Amino acid sequence: MKKFFLPLIAFAALVVFLAVGLKRDPREIPSPLVNKPAPAFSLPTLVGDKPFSPADMQGQVWIFNVWATWCVACREEHPLLVQFSKTQHVPIVGLSYKEIQPSDQANGPLSDEVKLQLARERSLKFLQKAGDPYKLSVMDLDGRVGIDYGVYGVPETYVIDKQGVIRYKRVGPVTPEVLIETILPLIQQLDKPA
Amino acid sequence: MIPELGQFALVLSTVIALFLGTVPLAGTLRHQVVWQSLARPAALLQFVLVSFAFACLASSFLSNDFSVKYVAEHSNTLLPKPYQFAAVWGGHEGSLLLWVLMLSGWTAAVAIFSGSLPLAMVARVLGVLGLVSVGFLMFILTTSNPFDRLFPMPADGRDLNPLLQDPGLVIHPPMLYMGYVGMSVAFAFAIAALLSGRLDAAWARWSRPWTVIAWAFLTFGIGLGSWWAYYELGWGGWWFWDPVENASLMPWLVGTALIHSLMVTEKRGSFKAWTVLLAIAAFSLSLLGTFLVRSGVLTSVHAFASDPARGIFILAFLATVVGASLSLFAWRAPAVTLGGTMGLVSRESFLLLNSVLLVVATGAVLLGTLYPLIIDALNLGKLSVGPPYFNLVFAPLMVPLLFVLVPGTVAHWRQARMSEVFWRLRFVGGAALLLALILPFVLGSWSAGTMLGIFLGMWVGLGSLQHVLERLRKPGRIGGSFWGMHLAHFGMAVLVLGITGVKSYEVERDVRMAVGDTVTIAPYTFRLAGVEDVMGPNYKAVQAQVEVLKNAQVIEVLRPQKRRYFSTAMPMTEAAIDSGVMRDLYVSLGDALPGATPSWSMRVYYKPFVPWLWAGVLTMVLGGVLAALDRRYRRNTNQQALRTAGEALSGSA
Repeated sequence: MKKFFLPLIAFAALVVFLAVGLKRDPREIPSPLVNKPAPAFSLPTLVGDKPFSPADMQGQVWIFNVWATWCVACREEHPLLVQFSKTQHVPIVGLSYKEIQPSDQANGPLSDEVKLQLARERSLKFLQKAGDPYKLSVMDLDGRVGIDYGVYGVPETYVIDKQGVIRYKRVGPVTPEVLIETILPLIQQLDKPA
Repeated sequence: MIPELGQFALVLSTVIALFLGTVPLAGTLRHQVVWQSLARPAALLQFVLVSFAFACLASSFLSNDFSVKYVAEHSNTLLPKPYQFAAVWGGHEGSLLLWVLMLSGWTAAVAIFSGSLPLAMVARVLGVLGLVSVGFLMFILTTSNPFDRLFPMPADGRDLNPLLQDPGLVIHPPMLYMGYVGMSVAFAFAIAALLSGRLDAAWARWSRPWTVIAWAFLTFGIGLGSWWAYYELGWGGWWFWDPVENASLMPWLVGTALIHSLMVTEKRGSFKAWTVLLAIAAFSLSLLGTFLVRSGVLTSVHAFASDPARGIFILAFLATVVGASLSLFAWRAPAVTLGGTMGLVSRESFLLLNSVLLVVATGAVLLGTLYPLIIDALNLGKLSVGPPYFNLVFAPLMVPLLFVLVPGTVAHWRQARMSEVFWRLRFVGGAALLLALILPFVLGSWSAGTMLGIFLGMWVGLGSLQHVLERLRKPGRIGGSFWGMHLAHFGMAVLVLGITGVKSYEVERDVRMAVGDTVTIAPYTFRLAGVEDVMGPNYKAVQAQVEVLKNAQVIEVLRPQKRRYFSTAMPMTEAAIDSGVMRDLYVSLGDALPGATPSWSMRVYYKPFVPWLWAGVLTMVLGGVLAALDRRYRRNTNQQALRTAGEALSGSA
């Protein structure tokens, strides 16, 4: 009576898929931007008056990290970034993403200058308290640069090579495993003189 | 001290569960009556110990003991007391403890209400339940201990996820778990029957009331989840085909097939192997649901923190339980006799058709839920399966199911004549068809889907009504299971009509409103009268006042809120709903919009027939409860059990 074994066989196949699926991360989303040039922009920075654009980083490998003070998961990865910036020479550029949320404007909309000032105050306060891993942070108040980069959820982390090409994208907090197993080897490889 | 006592009680209960899962079962193999008789006290003791552990955790929550890591992560001093208690199951560890509490509760209930069952059967059923408990208790103790301490102790807790701070969510998980875990009783009965090698009508009779009551809980739990999503998520949807929703729908579909198949097995002795397989499948799908939710293999709006170690444990547990059960099935089922013969047209054949349709529907949902995972596992890319797939596949399966439901209730057992069955239903069919043609014009626009939905709803509802009226004219006491069946079917009809109505006639307006602006969805006009700040116990909210006008008269003032809980940055919408018999008026407040005058994005929805969804679900639940409480089970179980007990004793001796 072979037919009575069918449920068992079907279930065994299911378990194999579940076991493989367990090793995958459903949040790891392949980005169409990987291996494409990083979209250009020019945005004001957290401190100073000179705007920043990705072209400024030409010739070196760098990390682009999307963050905000309202983002809970960013706080989770923050200590790791701080530690990274202390031990590694690869610069991290922050993208302060939509720091001013609609709820900040519940009592009416704010002007762009007020927004920028408020966002700077809040971000600086946070970085002073939690440590500043960033070479610099750019202020993407309206989230337009975020749209260009296909920001899916904050935090996000990009590795960009010497030619300004995105080589890696991570959605969600960077974990020590991701850092050690993926990002660091990639950076080493990209950093080799061609 | 109290958390340590709780932990100790959990360890002890694991020992007791291990004892329950081995000694009485060994007793049935070695014919040791004393060993078997230890099953009942062990089951009760295990329940007492798990309840104690649960009470310890609850007391840590109510006393704001943030030295317990789980409490610190899921509670807060500002959290209102009822939510502090509900926060016990607001996270992973506590959910599992609740699960185990329910499991030991069901086990104790079987121990208490099984007086008429043969001792060997009780020992087997309780033994199987004990083994399932061991698995879950080990899971808690090794990967998810809710009593772990946190040092240094924080001054205040992180607060319960604001989404869960809601009366609907306080009772949704317990009800759902009662259903999930209740399926373990049907499973234990099936495994016990396989172990004994005696798959007979008596087994089906014993497990019927248990299965029906578990089904009623599951129905209620799913309904509550849907209701919560409707008013709490703020965009008016009530079913999302989210992986976690699917995880609860699958055991429900199989459970529905199971309660009907059990009836055939009891009454006619047929479909025994199929029924056992359904019982195994219903519980396996409950376990699979746990795996999907707790392991993080799928992304979902129910995104709980996931941990690979937990995933591996549940997968191993799932593989052991289901693998062992299906092996047992493959070994024992070939020996099962076929039971009574059935004609091509008979109540059995209608019920079999429906049970196959339900299983196919479950397969379709399972495939859609796991497809992204399978594709990823095969390295074929990343994708997600959305509502269009499910609607496309699920609805066409429900159409024949609902159609066959009615003849299945009137056809004779063993052999029926198609012409006779449909002659009996000629008025019902005619009336349903007529209403399906007329009602769409009364309600608004006409479409094939609307017509089909109304026809099926009316067909099922009127079919039940006719059956009840016919039965009332005959003499004799009418049993609870008769009323239960028809109430449940009637509830299904109301649900189908509700779904058809809301899908066909809902009007959704996403608008920008400043104070004084109006939106009209005939015959109602919504006017934004004002916006103010309000304070809650642990949140601050912006509250809009929306006047609803009909014929220039204010009939209702709705107050949707946008809440900001102090503990998290996540804003929460609280929709305001005015419910009538035929419709809901649904308003939710969105973000403040930039511009010269202050204005807000608002969702203003007219949702006809939504109350019918909840009424339908509640009626189904009531039907299930009535059916499970039928006196017939208790009375007949006594007589039948004595007879079977005698047979069992003489057979096993």
